[in-house]
Amino acid sequence: MAFWRRFCRNRSALIGLVILGFVILIAASAGLLFPEDPFKLVGRAMSPPGENGFLFGSDTLGRDVAAGMAHGARVSLLIGLLATSVAVTLGVLLGALAGYFGGWIDDVLMRLTEMFQTIPSFIFAILIVAIMKPSINSVILAIAVVSWPAVARLVRGEFMSMRNREFVQACHIIGMSDWRIMVREILPNCLSPIIVTGSLMVATAILIESGLAFLGLGDPNIISWGFQIGAGRTVLRSAWWVCTFPGIAIMLTVLAINLVGEGLNDALNPRLRERT
Amino acid sequence: MSQAAQRSRYVLKRLLQAIPVVVAIVVVNFFLLQLAEGDAVDVLAGEAGSATPEYMAQLRQKFGLDQPLIVQLGVYMKNMLTFDLGYSFRHDMPVAQLVLDRLMPTLLLMVSTITLAVGFGIVLGLIAASNLNNWKDNVISVFALVSYATPLFWVGLMMIVVFSLKLRWFPTSGMENVAMFYEGWDRIKDIAHHLVMPTLTLSLFYLALYTRLMRASMLEQASMDYVTTARAKGLTERRIVFVHILRNALLPVVTMAGVQVGSLIGGSVIVESVFAWPGLGMLAFEALFSRDLNLLLGIFLLSALLVVAINLVVDLLYSFLDPRIEVG
Repeated sequence: MAFWRRFCRNRSALIGLVILGFVILIAASAGLLFPEDPFKLVGRAMSPPGENGFLFGSDTLGRDVAAGMAHGARVSLLIGLLATSVAVTLGVLLGALAGYFGGWIDDVLMRLTEMFQTIPSFIFAILIVAIMKPSINSVILAIAVVSWPAVARLVRGEFMSMRNREFVQACHIIGMSDWRIMVREILPNCLSPIIVTGSLMVATAILIESGLAFLGLGDPNIISWGFQIGAGRTVLRSAWWVCTFPGIAIMLTVLAINLVGEGLNDALNPRLRERT
Repeated sequence: MSQAAQRSRYVLKRLLQAIPVVVAIVVVNFFLLQLAEGDAVDVLAGEAGSATPEYMAQLRQKFGLDQPLIVQLGVYMKNMLTFDLGYSFRHDMPVAQLVLDRLMPTLLLMVSTITLAVGFGIVLGLIAASNLNNWKDNVISVFALVSYATPLFWVGLMMIVVFSLKLRWFPTSGMENVAMFYEGWDRIKDIAHHLVMPTLTLSLFYLALYTRLMRASMLEQASMDYVTTARAKGLTERRIVFVHILRNALLPVVTMAGVQVGSLIGGSVIVESVFAWPGLGMLAFEALFSRDLNLLLGIFLLSALLVVAINLVVDLLYSFLDPRIEVG
């Protein structure tokens, strides 16, 4: 409860939470609000917003932009969450091994991490998706592959600072296995920075996904915000709304997640907040 | 040892450290190529329309594709060493020549973006930190938060709608007006005119990043003991901020600028494809559409090398800014 009170003290985090709640609501009820397939041609092409029964207008083929946005919300949130889970799992695993054991394991894993951080990540993601053929799985994998190094470095630092603490030494003395110490004792103690980093990574993942879809690297069977903008750019001159509204949706969602992430940071690390 | 000798030894050491990274990137490149469906012969056969299995086997033998993987890797590394990146059958040109031709526009875009983002980021962060929690700080912080969350390609498209289509201030695409045959000064002005919107678009995200970083860094430095000392000996606030705090607060911003170069190249793929800026990013976009994997891998390799080189430069710059960092 103290956590919740600290979170509520941050007004911008609350605003973020409200916006995010709204996006989740739309995503959850997309099937009810717009029961038709968002790819279906449902009316007159290129209708401006508010005309012919289209809230946000229709695109070149007569698809409803608002319906695409509602269904796209599902895709963005889903890919953001899944890609982040994969990246966090991988990052925690490698970071924990490097930080706990140190020595050559640390050397090898950290060289690997550094290499992944040197590689231009977005081009690497493009390559992975292009080689594996665009699909929801390849997009998730590509985002996870370029995002895990940040988590690995963070977790390594946390594990290194904890591995010689007294409670860990006590665990060694009573004969606990390394694996058990790592998972049951050290990991719960460094959950809060992982949660904060993870929540901010969801926002980045959504941005990467929209960029890939914009370049035509999204799953061809699934509508997404980036795809809508990419498809609408050819008619920018005559139908500005096709690109404009999905972009606002991306911006608001990413902004909301960032605000919530910062709120979590303040609430989980109250000492950090007092320092500034 | 003299300082110059120390510095050149440091440069050498950093160069040697970069070698394993480059080798690792080449190996990753090779295995990505292996992961792809079909090999160069399949592509050639596809281009030609038809080919008998015997002819394809013959071609594979000629290109060494029937050799074990490790031998192929060796040949690939040797080719990379001489900067032979393979051949783009779509463009009917060697990949190395293609990517080098497109390097300059991308570098131009990156240099102007970094200059704008770092320059304004430092100024905005400074203003925000010295007006903590009043309206100037709030406006700048909200601007930074929103820019941080906006997808680049959308900013680009919206700028085209407003500044090109409605106001007609800037051209929608390209790097120069080729049909006008400008020369000398006129050509530079023309290119600069085309450069404005891509630079603004690409720099927005990084401007937000550096602004936030600079603000946080200024605030952190302001609470240090040396600031209290400076105040105690009666220095003016202006002198404390500009001479003492600013120099220390710049360090994380410079580091971040170096770290972000890799992502800047990624961003330039998007911005270049929005504005049809004829650089590496646009080439990558074209390669994606024509499924030209060899070309895509060449772009990836060159951009990775670029990142390694720029990180090296930033490290050296860093040691100039902060003499406490050991160069030996």
